Amino acid sequence: MKEIMQGNSAIVRGAWEAGVKVAAAYPGTPSSEILKDVADNYPEVYAEWAPNEMVALQVASGAAIAGARSMAAMKHVGMNVAADALMTLAYTGIKGGLMVVIADDPFVHSSQNEQDSRNWARFAKIPLLEPGDAQECYDFAKISFDISEKFDTPVILRTETRVAHSDSLVEPGKRVESKIPLGLDPKEAPKYVMVPAHVRVRRKIIEERMRKLEEYADTFKYNVMEINDPSVGVITSGVSYMYTKDVFPEWSYLKLGMVWPLPKKMIAEFFKKVKKVIIVEELDPFIETEIKAMGYKIWHGKDLIPNMYELTPEIVEKCLKGKKYKEPKIKVKPEDLPRRPPNLCAGCSHRPLFYALKKLGAFVFGDIGCYTLAVAPPLQALHTCICMGAGGGMAHGAMKALGKEGLGKVVAVLGDSTFLHSGIAPLMNAVYNKGNSTTIVLDNRITGMTGHQEHAGTGFTVRQEPTNMVDYMEIGKALGVKSIRYLDPYNIKECMEIIKEEMSKNVPSLLLCKDSPCMLLRRAKPLEKFKNPLYMINTDKCRGCKVCLEINCPAISWRESAGQTKDGHKRKGTVYINPDQCVGCEVCVQVCKFEAIVPGKK
Amino acid sequence: MKDNGKVTNIFLSGVGGQGAILASNILGEVFIKAGYDVKKAEVHGMAQRGGDVTTHFRFGKKVYSPLIKYGDVDYLLSFELLEAIRYINWVKPEGKIVINKSEIFPPAVNLGQMEYPKGVEKTFKKYFKENVWMVDGQGIAKKLGNAQAANVVLVGAFSNFFPEVKDAQWIEAIKALLAPKLHDLNVKAFHEGKKAL
Repeated sequence: MKEIMQGNSAIVRGAWEAGVKVAAAYPGTPSSEILKDVADNYPEVYAEWAPNEMVALQVASGAAIAGARSMAAMKHVGMNVAADALMTLAYTGIKGGLMVVIADDPFVHSSQNEQDSRNWARFAKIPLLEPGDAQECYDFAKISFDISEKFDTPVILRTETRVAHSDSLVEPGKRVESKIPLGLDPKEAPKYVMVPAHVRVRRKIIEERMRKLEEYADTFKYNVMEINDPSVGVITSGVSYMYTKDVFPEWSYLKLGMVWPLPKKMIAEFFKKVKKVIIVEELDPFIETEIKAMGYKIWHGKDLIPNMYELTPEIVEKCLKGKKYKEPKIKVKPEDLPRRPPNLCAGCSHRPLFYALKKLGAFVFGDIGCYTLAVAPPLQALHTCICMGAGGGMAHGAMKALGKEGLGKVVAVLGDSTFLHSGIAPLMNAVYNKGNSTTIVLDNRITGMTGHQEHAGTGFTVRQEPTNMVDYMEIGKALGVKSIRYLDPYNIKECMEIIKEEMSKNVPSLLLCKDSPCMLLRRAKPLEKFKNPLYMINTDKCRGCKVCLEINCPAISWRESAGQTKDGHKRKGTVYINPDQCVGCEVCVQVCKFEAIVPGKK
Repeated sequence: MKDNGKVTNIFLSGVGGQGAILASNILGEVFIKAGYDVKKAEVHGMAQRGGDVTTHFRFGKKVYSPLIKYGDVDYLLSFELLEAIRYINWVKPEGKIVINKSEIFPPAVNLGQMEYPKGVEKTFKKYFKENVWMVDGQGIAKKLGNAQAANVVLVGAFSNFFPEVKDAQWIEAIKALLAPKLHDLNVKAFHEGKKAL
């Protein structure tokens, strides 16, 4: 019976039915649901959150070399981290099938860049499948293991937001265990030890494999030709097919399930069968460049279809119909409406810390996590965000460039999960190279932004079993950091004093936020430390100075109404604290100069 | 292959925490059981942090795109006034609109930098005449004992547009997706919602 599934769940279902034994991942939108789904629904599969994508791929490939079908999942930028392993795994090949899921994020709904992961396949010389909905996620995941074993190569399954995060019907089946025996064979060292002499042997095998894969692509059952009206033929793949087919159902299609390598004979046949060819693909002209290089003339491609942001049905229609496209009537200009951007939660420990940094006038080398939201007004207290772990390395570099001028002005911030992902090496580097940067670990006891995934510092595995946990203080000591201190982010005054002191020291410092769990992490009881359940405004005292609005708490709002305080100070309005949202963190109380914020009762 | 058959486009919008996603899951159960192909696409990456939530929900004989084409919405089901007016241009001229009478201020309004839009109902009625329905989801749900059930009140109201689907099918879907202790409340919420239109 058909079931409705999210693309990510359908991938997992397909992999499970294919007999997957080991799955590893680091969370990243829109791929994060994959590993959780494995852990929650498929006890036969070993699942783990790795500290980063490189380790996840190492784990999956080790399992594959031991004969098990295995998978690693990550978002597009995660592949940058894992690339070092992938590029050489292409040489060694595998034994049990290895699927690498890479989830792209066109239009950067939640990422730091918009790279097109299809390029990895050409770069690494490995096959890439691109599903367009949940049924295809399921089908392609399942078959990826067969391809992987048949051609002795890792296979990339590439999704994107509208595939990973959309739900549609899937016809699931049963699990079939892999027939490949488990075991390691030391005699296979020439295949797995990539020293130059072995590499040169494997290098040839890769080229032979690519030729065989090209032949296979021509017979691949998910490369499908639909000949309808022969006057226009569209070559497309994945969700781009879904959009184009929706808008132009009458045209002919060559829908590619395998985007690398391309099916050359099929493409030749398609060009014979249709009069004019259009290539519709999201992001880079990946298919287009290849088809042009084969010597074909296309009617349209990236001359009309944008090479950035995501495609949508109306973008495809608008681009291909040109002047014939009729724009819907604009009734209200959306740009005139207030936006609803995400914000740090009421009570979040990042808010007072960034307020302190702002008051100190620090230049904040940031990182990737909820705390990146501190860039938004009115906080505006985060000044870079490049890649996981970058803040620490960049702060050190900036301090080296600025010399004594930089003392007291620069700080790096990153989350606990980010610190474990790739923040330790930059800190070690700052110690080794006699730097003087200050690093603050915003420890909220969880991977926050992606929706609460466990990591090596939380004390729990992906299956919620208690486990060993990292002690950040001990890591700092082991790296040789001389100045390590705990920080209570909820105490703004103390934060300012400590951070100022540490930023001014001529040695690297490590500051660890303590007792500051994520507000949504119930098991850590984040509200227990707050003295009062909520606060309210004493309208006798509120002068309407708006200082408390600067912390950007979602519970606090401005109410315009001219009047005066009890002692006669004129005001244009007062603030209001929403009792349903306030959790009693007292950050606004510390900011208010007129003692106008007082304890309330739930 | 000229025609994909009629595909019905439902656009749901609201604020994180209002239960728009549960509502779209109920729609999913109902229309799959009714024998349709269904696709839905959600944008909820940062919903926990008070951001907006939208769901594109499509059903028909065969659905290709997970996204509704701009201007092609048959039904707008909105859980909040600002999140309703934000998508007014998406609705077809003959489209139908159900809006929950709830106002949740975004940061720019809280900070006093922008005004919360006024006259949302009036604007919709100007363009869509009698095809606009306002529902006091929270009010009705509160009377039943829990404002959280407002989303199911809205689903109940919305069910009026699909007379071919029996109440029992909606209730079956609600029960399939909610914990047993919430069944009574939400079944009542569904019926009250149905009467509200």
